[in-house]
Amino acid sequence: MTKLGHFLIKNARLLDVITGMDEFGDILVDEGLIKHVGAPLRDGDIPERCRLLNGDGLVVCPGFIDLHTHLREPGYEDKETISTGVAAAVNGGFTTICAMPNTNPPMDNAVTIEYVIQKAALAGKARVLPIGCVTKGSEGKQLAELWEMAQSGAVGFSDDGKPVADSHLMRQALAYSSGLALPVIQHSEDLELSQGSPVNEGWISNRTGLRGWPSVAEESVIARDIALAELTGGRLHVAHITTSGSVDLIRLAKQRGANVTAEVTPHHLTLDERWVLGHDQDGPINGPLGLEAYDTFTKVNPPLRSREDVEALIAGLNEGVIDVIATDHAPQTVIDKLVTYDDAAYGFSGLETAFGLLMTLVHDDRIDLMTLVSKLTVGPLVVLGDAYSDLATLRKGTTADIVVFDPNKDWIVSSEEFNSKGKNTPIEGVRLKGKVVMAFVGGNLVYEQEKLDE
Amino acid sequence: MNFLSSHKLQHPYRFLGKDFFMRETPVFSDKDMDRAVSRIAHEIVERNHGVEGLMLAGIWTRGAPLAHRLAGRILSIEGKEVPVGVLDIGLYRDDIGRSSRPMVHSTEMPEVVDGQKLVLVDDVLFTGRTIRAALDALIDFGRPRQVQLAVLVDRGHRELPIRADYVGKNMPTSTKEEVQVRLLEVDGIDEVVLLREGA
Amino acid sequence: MPSIVKEENKRLRTSLVDGTRRHLLDVDDFTRDEIDLVSKTSDAMLEVLARDIKKVPTLRGKVIVTLFYEASTRTRVSFEEAGKLLSADVINVSSSGSSVEKGESLLNTVRTLQATGADLVVVRHQHSGAPYFMARNLESMGVINGGDGWHAHPTQALLDVYTMRRHLGPIGGRKIVIVGDILHSRVARSNLWALTTEGANVVLCAPPTLIPQEFLSGQHRVDEHPLSTVEIETNVEMALDGADVVMPLRLQLERQESGLLPTLREYSKMYGITRERLDLASKDALLLHPGPMNEGVEISPDVAHGSQSLIEEQVRNGVAVRMALLYLLVGATKREETKAEIQ
Repeated sequence: MTKLGHFLIKNARLLDVITGMDEFGDILVDEGLIKHVGAPLRDGDIPERCRLLNGDGLVVCPGFIDLHTHLREPGYEDKETISTGVAAAVNGGFTTICAMPNTNPPMDNAVTIEYVIQKAALAGKARVLPIGCVTKGSEGKQLAELWEMAQSGAVGFSDDGKPVADSHLMRQALAYSSGLALPVIQHSEDLELSQGSPVNEGWISNRTGLRGWPSVAEESVIARDIALAELTGGRLHVAHITTSGSVDLIRLAKQRGANVTAEVTPHHLTLDERWVLGHDQDGPINGPLGLEAYDTFTKVNPPLRSREDVEALIAGLNEGVIDVIATDHAPQTVIDKLVTYDDAAYGFSGLETAFGLLMTLVHDDRIDLMTLVSKLTVGPLVVLGDAYSDLATLRKGTTADIVVFDPNKDWIVSSEEFNSKGKNTPIEGVRLKGKVVMAFVGGNLVYEQEKLDE
Repeated sequence: MNFLSSHKLQHPYRFLGKDFFMRETPVFSDKDMDRAVSRIAHEIVERNHGVEGLMLAGIWTRGAPLAHRLAGRILSIEGKEVPVGVLDIGLYRDDIGRSSRPMVHSTEMPEVVDGQKLVLVDDVLFTGRTIRAALDALIDFGRPRQVQLAVLVDRGHRELPIRADYVGKNMPTSTKEEVQVRLLEVDGIDEVVLLREGA
Repeated sequence: MPSIVKEENKRLRTSLVDGTRRHLLDVDDFTRDEIDLVSKTSDAMLEVLARDIKKVPTLRGKVIVTLFYEASTRTRVSFEEAGKLLSADVINVSSSGSSVEKGESLLNTVRTLQATGADLVVVRHQHSGAPYFMARNLESMGVINGGDGWHAHPTQALLDVYTMRRHLGPIGGRKIVIVGDILHSRVARSNLWALTTEGANVVLCAPPTLIPQEFLSGQHRVDEHPLSTVEIETNVEMALDGADVVMPLRLQLERQESGLLPTLREYSKMYGITRERLDLASKDALLLHPGPMNEGVEISPDVAHGSQSLIEEQVRNGVAVRMALLYLLVGATKREETKAEIQ
């Protein structure tokens, strides 16, 4: 449902981190660009056949950019396709998403990169920026053709799902990619310490009798990679950090002036390990296990951590230690979740719940709305670079990638209604407050939850 | 808690979460109970021509102390000790899953049951299902020559063809009523009361 | 704190005492009353085991399925005997040769079970949490956890506590020492819950590599933690000093192979329960072992078969306790009035 037309959103709160705008006014989208933003337009200035939309109570900001999405195509189309993925993205307010390369065949060459770009263009919803593999086949043995992939449009490199474990290879990857001015996005996990564990190591692993994924398995890799980045001058972006120790490492690295950035997921900012027991935020930390324990819909890699880790991540976000919020959208078929915890697939279908989850932090006064918008729009530019800054602003004359949301809208999470094929979410049935109601990509209305016409 | 006038005690009774009040009417005093036990003891000795090969088995809970009292009474009549066993029928009920389960206790039969004349002792005979279960339990211990039944109260409403050989008191009741035997050893007082629903 | 709350999140307390408990997944939610009830009922069952004709008609017409994904002769036989002595029909499904082995998903197996209309299923599975998954997906069948991964083995804990109580009376304040691979032991975990509920003082003794991180770092020593009184000791002589009960756990060969121990030989020299070590415990200390034993590794043969060893009694008590549990669980009534919400 795309209409390249004229849209005027009236009397909304307009947020733009780049221009520092936070005021009530009108925004006019015309011919794919933002033609006016700011003071309310007089009737005479409104183009003909313009759809007039009532923005009362709504907020308008640049479309969200997700640095970390798994679109599963090619190869795992039962979990998600590019088409369903981009539809899910705009449902969640993400007008640009970066596709991780752990597809089958993996995105380790120009051909697969171009395939993904073209498929996304055909779907015509969210923009897709591909991330290429660091190593051939993501096997961690040999560098992939990074320059070729960059030529085809890759915006960064990652073996996500796995770390680049070999230290020497990671050094070369950082060095080589620095010549391309593109980042290496590392999934920080020491596989020998984590041993494929499904939950955080600590009271939860002891309680459930499951193998534990110790924090140090993430932190030791981050420490190593920071040192390698400083040595090589390469750009390191740390994917989905989850522990307070990781926040400390990044903070110190930044204080030293290292070229390191970090992202955090909405779920690691809000949910903690007790959700594994089927408890929500009100649940006891220690108590008998009920029937709802071992909820496989809470299984994710890296795992949900302790309350203390969550607090440290929120603090790190507010401090600026963490630059970006990225969803790590990982759709799985439900069948792969209806098994024992050890056997279950990892991941959350996160695109469509990210904003609502993050708004709980805003409503609880843990972060302010401007910070949230910043981490979802401007933050990703630390990885994508200034070339994409037009997408992260509402400045007049820039591409109209816009999201409109209602910060107070009550809704209940229902995976049945997801556009994503992935119905795997740990917060099924949870009541959230804050929802995206409209999204524009390049001036096309690609998502409309309700009609706002006057 | 001894009341001389009937209808006086409001008996709060919590059943299935609802409160309703039961009225208590005393039926046997402690002296009445004592006389009944004596009479039954005499009848047992008379009918069995003495206590040769005789055994008593009390059905848990209140049948057991009753059986011990009978044995004591028989001892003073005949000067001979009659062995007393305790039978728990919890594992033999036919209503598992359909009503709340009683605690199961151990069964203790003092000696061989084969060839003995065994008198089952219980406090109240009602539908007869408890006795049927007790007979089942007994068979697992051996093959008594004969089984007789002594009860303190027979309240009627049999659902199985079971009858008592020795009865302390016949008490016709309605199904809405309940007969409660209370014993010193278990309840701290000797009496039998009739409970009726009522305000 | 973000207030993300699930809509339907009532936690219902079930109990053996009022017949509302449908599943036995772990002893972490058992009250002292429930443990008492199990003990009393087990006494009655022991008496049945002592008879010539070891059979009562209690569970006649009830069907119990044992579903063992992990090979185990002793526990399975124990449950089978328990069911049969109660006149139930026991059907054994083991992992070899059945569709279970052919990779039929656990969910499909559960659905098949549901269709059979059995009353109870006893399940042992190598993955922690499998019985919870099954209980969630079964409508009217009860689930007994016969051991899941490293997580729980509730019937073992109950028979261990029962055995201790038969010899010591109430075990509140008694020193109970568990020696062995705590990290991977469902027996240890369930015992911890049952023993702390009974007020015993538990000491866990193992090399640091075999102690869960939470215990090793003392993270559990906070007031709100139900296991806050559990002590950790890596020196076996110090652990055994004055112990009332000593329980060595079986050490598996895999532990050496996965780098957690240098050799079984060294473990046995450092932690094996020998006559000399047992003498450090109190004079009539009880010696328990969940079995099967690795004689010469965690326990020396003379101790295993010595006068303080209650290992054979544990096996007999195991049948009685399982009989008691089958009796108490089958026919759990689901009267809504008797359920109570806990805060």
